[in-house]
Amino acid sequence: MNTATIESPEERAAHEAKTVYHVAESGQGAAISIKDFNLWYGEVQALYGVDMEIQRGMVTALIGPSGCGKSTLLRSLNRMNDLIDTLRIRGEVQVNNQDIYAPGTDVIALRKRMGMVFQKPNPFPKSIYENVVFALRVEGISDRAMLDEACERALKGAALWNEVKDRLQESALGLSGGQQQRLCIARAIAAEPEMLLMDEPCSALDPIATAKVEDLIGDLRGQFSIVIVTHSMQQAARVSDNTAFMYLGKLVEYGSTDKVFTNPLDSRTEDYITGRFG
Amino acid sequence: MSNEKQGRAVRRYTADLSAVGEPALWGFGGALALGIILICGFLLMIFWNGMSTFWPKPIEVVTLTSGDKVAGEPSRQGFYKPREELLQDLSAEKREELDSNEGLVSRTLYRTGNYDLYNEDFRWVSEYEVESVEYDPEFHYFERQEWGPFVGKIKSVIIDGREHDPASLGFDRIEDEQQAARDRFAEIHRIERVEIGKINYELNQARLELRRIEINDGRDSEAYRNELERVELLDVELQREYRQLQERADSIKDEDARYRIVLEEVGGMTNETPLSQIVRFYPANDLSIFGKLGVYLSRWAEFLTSEPREANTEGGILPAIFGTVTMTLLMVVVVAPFGVITALYLREYAKQGKLVAMVRIAVNNLAGVPSIVYGVFGLGFFAYTVGGSIDAIFYPERLPNPTFGTGGILWASLTLALLTVPVVIVASEEALSAVPRSIREGALACGASKWQTIRTIVLPHAMPGVMTGLILAMARGAGEVAPLMLVGVVKLAPELPIDGFAPFIHLERSFMHLGFHIFDVGFQSRNSEAGKPMVFVTTLLLLGLIVLMNSSAIYIRNRLKKKFAGSQF
Repeated sequence: MNTATIESPEERAAHEAKTVYHVAESGQGAAISIKDFNLWYGEVQALYGVDMEIQRGMVTALIGPSGCGKSTLLRSLNRMNDLIDTLRIRGEVQVNNQDIYAPGTDVIALRKRMGMVFQKPNPFPKSIYENVVFALRVEGISDRAMLDEACERALKGAALWNEVKDRLQESALGLSGGQQQRLCIARAIAAEPEMLLMDEPCSALDPIATAKVEDLIGDLRGQFSIVIVTHSMQQAARVSDNTAFMYLGKLVEYGSTDKVFTNPLDSRTEDYITGRFG
Repeated sequence: MSNEKQGRAVRRYTADLSAVGEPALWGFGGALALGIILICGFLLMIFWNGMSTFWPKPIEVVTLTSGDKVAGEPSRQGFYKPREELLQDLSAEKREELDSNEGLVSRTLYRTGNYDLYNEDFRWVSEYEVESVEYDPEFHYFERQEWGPFVGKIKSVIIDGREHDPASLGFDRIEDEQQAARDRFAEIHRIERVEIGKINYELNQARLELRRIEINDGRDSEAYRNELERVELLDVELQREYRQLQERADSIKDEDARYRIVLEEVGGMTNETPLSQIVRFYPANDLSIFGKLGVYLSRWAEFLTSEPREANTEGGILPAIFGTVTMTLLMVVVVAPFGVITALYLREYAKQGKLVAMVRIAVNNLAGVPSIVYGVFGLGFFAYTVGGSIDAIFYPERLPNPTFGTGGILWASLTLALLTVPVVIVASEEALSAVPRSIREGALACGASKWQTIRTIVLPHAMPGVMTGLILAMARGAGEVAPLMLVGVVKLAPELPIDGFAPFIHLERSFMHLGFHIFDVGFQSRNSEAGKPMVFVTTLLLLGLIVLMNSSAIYIRNRLKKKFAGSQF
């Protein structure tokens, strides 16, 4: 191990400040480039100088112990953190070479390009159909044929079509938890975004529902660039191409999933995935 | 070692009474029970008094020891201590009975009616004065259009100018004649109120138009001369119509005068009345249960569907029901958007800081301001300032008579809306803050703008809570009286706020209100004893109306709620 060569505390600190990279490249370039990104909630700094390029068309998993900033980072990508009044940031997040924190950025347009799936299924208290086509409705589309088509495509994409095709007009709240989460995925992909952000999408689901969602992520690979935050290292290993390990607000190691889980280059990564802390 | 064991054994695993809180529990239960008993007792009293008021009571014909006779409905009983000199010429037997009662005498209040003959409606009769009581089937109870009820016998009936003996006619025939006379009375009323009222209205409109042109163009203008000519022509035309109608009414009145009834009270005094003045009459002591039920139902029908008479102590309260419902609905129409929009801004858009906190405190304090203060504000601001300006701008031809510049149903509704808006704001804010954050985020992440999120997700979700606030506001508003007395409620409104004359809804009109009606009948009328039963019936009706309005609102809210059932995953 290379950790053996580090001796003094200064050297150790300098080493810990640096991120280890060994990213598997998709060949299509970066979907999102995060450059020296710092974030504060009030006086508390939550992210420290994150540099990261998310590969287009691949699945990127964010792992790390609770409170390490992985959800914060994910929610920074479509500016969901804007809802917090005391938020301050420094650095850049570029989507298609545009800094999304630049003044004058159209946040609504940005969010339309990024579907998001949350920790808890959060279907709207509307019919299944209206849930799926919500993003299209807010864009002002009311052409019935177009909505019908988008609804069917999204539900098929979320592997839910066969289960709900006969009761599209029933309330979405009547679905089971796993179905609700897949409905939320369908809702997120209905407006054909470029990216899909998933914030621990399986943490409220049972193993069978989890397996279905994971299969779905596999199916969606290639169509979307997917960023998934997860607490389950098995899940990260199963579904992702690249894995980023975060610790105390810093990006520690970012590289191909195989290597992170079999031969991590940073000792903290190794400690975490072998279960020594977190 | 053994000491230690003993030490452990001393510890008791029981809790004493204060720790369990049993006595407190009895206190809580007792307080709840007391509250329930008070409320149920109150409701039961209102219900019983209200429901029994219209049930026909028998007429007791009381012969007094002095030889006088009193006839009337027994209305209530009580005890009192008579003065010594009143008891001097009592028989020894009665004195003894009195003494055994600690000197207290039972007395009964009789509703004797015949105000035009006796100058009083009620009379106390002490028990010791009573010689005998009988229930004479000849005695009838007459409800008259004026002068209150009459208790007595029918001496004779004059039909088409010829006098008849009541026995030969029979009760049914007299009742038929009375019904026919009532129909004539209603026709006269209709001609005078509706048709002649319409002519007066048209004439008044034409004069106002003339006055408007005079103000705008001056007396010397072409327009004024043309209009003057037109108005004069119209005047002649309308006067002709008026005379025709008056003739028709007079002919019916002449006919009506030939149908009369001669009534005889218990002492033998008689009273001749047109038959059309008798609203309802029945032989109180000779009535089957179905007969009583008929009288009971017909009184309810009159109460709910007609206008008041006898200074509100008799007749119906339709204008008051109408006024209460219209005002409450108008208030909801104003308070709902106003309160919800304010709550939306406070909760969703305003930057949460000191200023917003102060606004919240102010809103909460508004709910505690005495309602009469709102009345003063409503009169000073709405009626005099806003209404006065409206009059000056839009109705200069009617001045100095105010149109909007005085109390009216619009100003009353606005005043009550102001009074109840804190309730709606607080409830709406709570409902908005209870909308799960995850659902808002879901909508925002779909690319919805803040306003789209609020409109399509947050507001529908908060609707049941908002409805709860509106229901509370309605209940408060419908029962509020004090501020209304300043901004538009009257004892007797000649016209309803909605009628057949354009523009059909007259928001500037004053109106009648059930709450004020209760106060007026019970405490402001010539004869509060006569009004007392009406107080209970009106209270019952007001309660019923509020329950009805609230339960329909609750029904709507529950239907909304059902849509969101199970949303808590």
